[in-house]
Amino acid sequence: MTTRLEQPKGGFNFDNYQRNVFLEQKGITLPKMTKTGTTIVGLIYKDGVCLGADTRATAGPIVADKNCEKIHYLAPNIHCCGAGTAADTEYTTALISSQLELHRLTTGRKSRVATALIMLKQMLFRYQGHIGAALVLGGYDINGPCLYTIHPHGSTDKLPYVTMGSGSLAAMSVFESRWRKDLERQEAIDLVKDAIESGIFNDLGSGSNVDVTVIEKDKVDVYRNYAKPNERGQKEQSYKFNRGTTAILKESIKDLVIITEGIEEMDIS
Amino acid sequence: MDHFPLNWDKLGQENRGKPKNDIFADAITRTQRPIVTGTSVIALKYKDGVMLAADMLASYGSLARFTDVKRLYPVGDFTVLGASGDISDFQYTKHLLDTVMVEEYYTNDGHVLRTQNIYEYLSRVMYNRRSQFNPLWNAYIVGGYNNDEKFLGYVDLLGTTYQSSTIATGFGAYLAQPILRKAVEGKEDTLTEAEAVEILDSCLRVLYYRDARSFNKFQRAKITAEGVEITGPYKVESQWGFAEGIRGYGP
Repeated sequence: MTTRLEQPKGGFNFDNYQRNVFLEQKGITLPKMTKTGTTIVGLIYKDGVCLGADTRATAGPIVADKNCEKIHYLAPNIHCCGAGTAADTEYTTALISSQLELHRLTTGRKSRVATALIMLKQMLFRYQGHIGAALVLGGYDINGPCLYTIHPHGSTDKLPYVTMGSGSLAAMSVFESRWRKDLERQEAIDLVKDAIESGIFNDLGSGSNVDVTVIEKDKVDVYRNYAKPNERGQKEQSYKFNRGTTAILKESIKDLVIITEGIEEMDIS
Repeated sequence: MDHFPLNWDKLGQENRGKPKNDIFADAITRTQRPIVTGTSVIALKYKDGVMLAADMLASYGSLARFTDVKRLYPVGDFTVLGASGDISDFQYTKHLLDTVMVEEYYTNDGHVLRTQNIYEYLSRVMYNRRSQFNPLWNAYIVGGYNNDEKFLGYVDLLGTTYQSSTIATGFGAYLAQPILRKAVEGKEDTLTEAEAVEILDSCLRVLYYRDARSFNKFQRAKITAEGVEITGPYKVESQWGFAEGIRGYGP
């Protein structure tokens, strides 16, 4: 029995297009997509790549998730931050992560960032921007540290420092003032944290905590909630009701299970 | 607000195909679109007073048309008006303020309009024009120092006003405000002049990097107890070698 990696079918799948047009005519509106608002950043420092993200997911003006994870695993040495439609970033990165693992098994080698890049961009281009995933892809492979951005329509950029999402300008202003070549590890982490915090406090689409992931040669550190600048204030008192606050008027205990001695045969006639 | 200029001419798009029979059509003033524009203005409060900064560019859409435009305008001896948006509306506003200052002088009572007064007057003019659907398409920063009080306020084409220790218009709101807030909030009374200049310069540099309608030629206004001092034109140092080792955009 031979197995073959299935090539993805070309072109955009228009199966649901007619159905959507028909539904819209009937007055049924599309459900609001959960967007990640978002501030995501990445930078290359002396020994590797440092990725950062905020943790707020929005559905229009409402915060849907106060502590979601926007830095996705792609391969042991590659991670990807995602901004845009939450489901799109989630499933796109999961799909390519799965494809990369199969690829690793076929080649017997560590994954390369360029491989993840080409898989992601070819898929996003095929869907002509309808998959709303804006990604910051970073990793450390045989060629050293690598950082890319991928836009929903499939264009990519290779840069030493990048930001994406609604908070990208706030974060980029921090990077443009303070980034330089060959930062030390802690300096890089601090710069990433400051950039994300700039997005959290100055952009309404971003908020809550800071996630950081540091990728070096043969070492990955995932710092979930590296900084929590928005912790809820402690309540002044305990507002629990004491036992006895509600008076017990009547107590009645019923046995729901009737226990009989011996085994009764089931009647199967 | 829709920042794409070609979408501003809503009425033109609606009227396309309609015959121009109404002879009074031309007499009606309408919400226009800004033609010659200035980009961000940034400002902060520091120990001795208030500082404003802006570049000296007036763009004609994507053309960098005029590079000697003074967007920081002194009004009286202790107030500076920083303007972004339509330059012709700014010129009209300058004329309006000059007139008002002269008329106050006529009263001959020794009183000069203070920053607060100028701000109040300007915000009423702006809101009034907005209510007539004929706005002055600008966002202004009014900064001043009167009686040991530092003043910094914002007025825009909608008549929206607010006061803060850091203000930025246009792209500055997205790129410079985060830096200004981090550097200034809480330290309005301790920041030295040198520190304030450094903060403004780093903001101007970021704007020059990331605002596609900016220019590397700036003016800075300082207002203290001594009065108004406008310095410029000057440039900021910029680094463009960040991607020297990088080739291409992918594999």
